[in-house]
Amino acid sequence: MSATTMPGDHVDMPNGPEVVSGIDFHVSGHAHDADHSHDTGTMLGFWLYLMSDCLIFGVLFAVHAVVGQNFAGGPAPADIFEIDMILLSTFMLLFSSITYGFAVINMQQRKLRNTALWLIVTGVFGAAFLGLEVREFLHLWSIGAVPMESAFLSSFWLLVGTHGLHVTVGTIWLCVLLVQLYMHGITDANERRVMCLSLFWHFLDLIWIGVFSFVYLAAVLL
Amino acid sequence: MQTDLTARGTQGAATADPLWGKLTWDIFPFYDPLVFGTFIGTVLLALAVAGLITYYKLWGYLWNEWFTSIDHKKIGIMYMVLGTIMLLRGFSDAILMRGHQALASAGHVGYLPSYHYDQVFTAHGVIMIFFVAMPYVTGFMNYLMPLKIGARDVAFPFLNNLSFWLTVSGAILIMISLFVGEFAATGWLAFPPLSGLTFSPGVGMDYYLWALNIAGIGTTLSGINLIVTIVKMRAPGMTWMKMPIFVWTTLCTNVLIVATFPVLTATLALLTADRYLGTHFFTNDMGGDPMMYINLIWIWGHPEVYILILPIFGIFSEIVPTFTGKRLFGYTSMVYATCVIVVLSYIVWLHHFFTMGAGANVNSFFGITTMIISIPTGAKLFNWLFTMYKGRVRLDVPMLWVIGFMLTFVIGGMTGVLLAVPPADYVLHNSLFLVAHFHNVIIGGVVFGVFAGINYWWPKAFGFRLCEFWGKVSFWCWFIGFYFAFMPLYVLGLMGVTRRLSQFEDTIYAGYFFTALIGALLIAAGLAAFIIQIVQSIRKREALKDTTGDPWNGRTLEWSTTSPPPYYNFALPVRVYERDAWDHMKRCNYTPPTEGFEPIHMPRYTATGVVLAAIATVMGFALVWHIWWLAIATFVASVGYTIFHTFNYDRDYFVPVSEVADIESGRMFALPEAGKA
Repeated sequence: MSATTMPGDHVDMPNGPEVVSGIDFHVSGHAHDADHSHDTGTMLGFWLYLMSDCLIFGVLFAVHAVVGQNFAGGPAPADIFEIDMILLSTFMLLFSSITYGFAVINMQQRKLRNTALWLIVTGVFGAAFLGLEVREFLHLWSIGAVPMESAFLSSFWLLVGTHGLHVTVGTIWLCVLLVQLYMHGITDANERRVMCLSLFWHFLDLIWIGVFSFVYLAAVLL
Repeated sequence: MQTDLTARGTQGAATADPLWGKLTWDIFPFYDPLVFGTFIGTVLLALAVAGLITYYKLWGYLWNEWFTSIDHKKIGIMYMVLGTIMLLRGFSDAILMRGHQALASAGHVGYLPSYHYDQVFTAHGVIMIFFVAMPYVTGFMNYLMPLKIGARDVAFPFLNNLSFWLTVSGAILIMISLFVGEFAATGWLAFPPLSGLTFSPGVGMDYYLWALNIAGIGTTLSGINLIVTIVKMRAPGMTWMKMPIFVWTTLCTNVLIVATFPVLTATLALLTADRYLGTHFFTNDMGGDPMMYINLIWIWGHPEVYILILPIFGIFSEIVPTFTGKRLFGYTSMVYATCVIVVLSYIVWLHHFFTMGAGANVNSFFGITTMIISIPTGAKLFNWLFTMYKGRVRLDVPMLWVIGFMLTFVIGGMTGVLLAVPPADYVLHNSLFLVAHFHNVIIGGVVFGVFAGINYWWPKAFGFRLCEFWGKVSFWCWFIGFYFAFMPLYVLGLMGVTRRLSQFEDTIYAGYFFTALIGALLIAAGLAAFIIQIVQSIRKREALKDTTGDPWNGRTLEWSTTSPPPYYNFALPVRVYERDAWDHMKRCNYTPPTEGFEPIHMPRYTATGVVLAAIATVMGFALVWHIWWLAIATFVASVGYTIFHTFNYDRDYFVPVSEVADIESGRMFALPEAGKA
């Protein structure tokens, strides 16, 4: 049957050109293409996940912009932030991004031992960052600058804490990945995982740049 | 009756038992014969269903073939089942409210105590949006989109299974709240300060928060999954402007999901922090700002209504061409209209609270953007109308729903434009006029579209058509019932009746409320007819059998496979040349291949999704009831199990050629007769 012969059709709305049979409607010998598109799909999917995560941080930043000045008689940023230590932890995180980059370069050269080494260095920097953050939180807690004190402190703790939670997840992931690299070497699956964690790690760095400039630096300087 | 007014589970965390948290014996609804009766009934029903499954030895089948399945078609069907079960629950709430208001408006006290009534309308809204409409549209997108783009599954099949079970997890928590403790009594979006700890000390709000957060994560993951599928896995030759409109609307919907559900997650997380950690984001004191919550939640909430309606627009755009025997009018404008709606849906959120008092300029901006967004929607309606123009319209059941939608949705759209005028909104805000408006667009749009889609694609999914008689009964009951149920609410809203009232001083409204009750009962009859339709069709499945794979003379790729499709969808990857690919193939006298098959790469089934969602459900319950040890244990378990899952590298296999050839040779395939269209 042919849809074009139907009497109801309007003349200026043709159903496309009339085609003769013999057109190849199937693709063969492309099974590997399908596999390949799965791989690139993972990276795109992970990017999309990061963008959705970025929106969570976007909300937290927006909330901080709205209530970040509401001290409710409690401490203000200048009273509680030790900007030197924050700068130090910022550098910990920045260095960890560079070292992760070295890990990726080594992975692309198929050097398993060096990849693992640079990943370990990255993990150490990440742990150092987390240690400094815990130290800061303990300090704030001890001086009574707790999240229950004011809207400013609520949003500060939640924003910085959410970032810290992400770094913790990243560090755990990094440890798991080291074990998996040890077990299976640099396989396609592992390479993909290292690249995903790489995206995650650099993304957290970017978020931290925002936290450092917007939450700490601006609040102390302005 | 006095005890009904107290919130259940209000003990503070300090006095909570270390082992049982806030759980005590009085959490069970002994106090209310209505709820307790339902509780007993539900338990008996659940036992009966479980007994039948055991009797027919179906547990293994369900577990192996469905629960652990990562086949997008089975997951899609499971979403539809979830939506239908929850529709019955949400509809029971609706009937309760209609009956109660009819009595209360006539001077009777009604049968729902106020505090219970508040929970009923909250549960109704939450269930209908999150656990009926969302599963339905996600089910359609899951089932249809890969078939329409010629793919064998979604990009991340396991993630798809996990998303589904996380949605189920949220639904289970809400169902538990009916019988164990209480549900939120705050309205479906739970505005603070009412939803804060001071004014909602019970566990109802906590059920709300954890149910929505768990389900919301599932939805976000599903959104990512479907976007990647469309971007990366379309059949060769299917360029962007050759995708079926349903695929376009699916893409746009999932872009909206990924770009808004994180906002919901973050907002609810902040409210959770207020309730659990004592922070001050949305409190009245210590610098908190309740209006910030209302802004944030509507930044998610407005795009959410387009998340619900866009896939449905896609369904209509598939049904109308098929049942008029013509290609869709204005394909390009349809695509652009969809994309414009996506962008505009982000800049209209403030119209939900013009009364906040943001000032004339701000209100004007959002009023104008709201009016503008009706333009692309109108363009779509004209496209469907022009498709039907001079076509041979077949009034099968799916098409009846489409025409019902066109008439009803336009009315809802116009009352929406009325509400977009800020001065008018100051009068109509939170009145029954608003309630009538959004039911008009959600029932007239989403629900009608869901029924249209179920009737249209049922033969594809199960291999037999749905019985036509009961389908028509269902349609007419719903269609007429809708007008009886909601037109009176427009009038009541104009008379000044606000929403969420359980008691009335004046009896002049009684006539309208009784009319609305009659409408609700008609809709109940429509729902019953729908169930009968399914049961009857299953009984008469041999007579209704579809052997062609293409019972409606369809135009897109899902009709090129058998009904139901084999688990790998397409034996050989399809190459696409034109927009309505299957229509083109039929015009070229396409015959399905009988040889030249290749091994097919498929993912393995896994129980990880079910296990993780089960852990999440227990964790949610533990957090609701402040059972901290259990919350910590389940949290650790979920992290541990996730890590354990990543150590499984053996996730796929190849279907051997012989198996493909076997399935394909048994394929009962015949091109539809020319005369049938």
